[in-house]
Amino acid sequence: MSAPTGSTGQHAEPEEEFYTWTGKTRRWVLKKLPPDKLLPQDQPSYVASWIYVFGMGAIASLVIIIVSGLILSLNGPLWWHVSGFGHFINSTHLWSVEFFFLFMVVHLWGKYWMAAWRGGRVLTWITGVVSFAVSIVAAFTGYLLQTNFDSQWIAFEGKDALNAVGIGAWFNVANLGQIFMWHIVLLPLAVAAIVAFHVILVRVHGVVPPLDAADTDAQLQPAPQPVPQAQTLQQPTEEPTEVAR
Amino acid sequence: MNSLLALAAGESPAIYLGWGDFVIQLGNFVVIIVMLVLFALALVLPFPAAKRRK
Repeated sequence: MSAPTGSTGQHAEPEEEFYTWTGKTRRWVLKKLPPDKLLPQDQPSYVASWIYVFGMGAIASLVIIIVSGLILSLNGPLWWHVSGFGHFINSTHLWSVEFFFLFMVVHLWGKYWMAAWRGGRVLTWITGVVSFAVSIVAAFTGYLLQTNFDSQWIAFEGKDALNAVGIGAWFNVANLGQIFMWHIVLLPLAVAAIVAFHVILVRVHGVVPPLDAADTDAQLQPAPQPVPQAQTLQQPTEEPTEVAR
Repeated sequence: MNSLLALAAGESPAIYLGWGDFVIQLGNFVVIIVMLVLFALALVLPFPAAKRRK
């Protein structure tokens, strides 16, 4: 339930009172990530550069990885040895992973050299690093599922390293069934969740501006806060800002 | 051509490049070079102009 308070003008938004945890959560989410920030119509003008496309390239590759991986997992790890279509899907899976890492590394370089952790974006940077690390583990388990001499070799080289750090009993790279579960359930869920959180953080804080962006850029100013109606009426019309469409 | 196809299909032993103590597999080397080239091009190539809204 809500109770409008203090609205006298016909253009005023009624102020809503939040007293349940769901209502308070909604208020917090809408404050942190209003719909126009979650799904923006425009981006700042500095985003019109090729260096800003590699994050999206990595996400597009991840979508292809998940779709091709889903088809492979439904048919089992041996399917690609006996089916031409299976071989094609397996190759699609491999090459989308190659592109995923390629785009992710160029994205990482771009963000490193523009110090993308500025402006309260530390968690965005950290989630990017974590997603990179978890993706490496996911790719490693993928190599273990090839069911050929390569995967045998990788498993029996890797097991010594994992035993040395004391996790070989829980993460046994010589156990095909266990690694299959890690590769098609736990690690994809982890990568997808971290990447989704990473993208949401980018939406919350906005795309990081270049180092030499002028402090007067409209995109660098904090988002306008809702103001009481009496003040709203006295505000001058906001100047349009330069945006890339 | 057949040897290239066989190489792409993983049927031949991998090619390794070496400079002194530094050794790298050809495939890994190519990927790193492609990443560096993409990074450099992304910095210098102009971004296509946006379509104007009606």
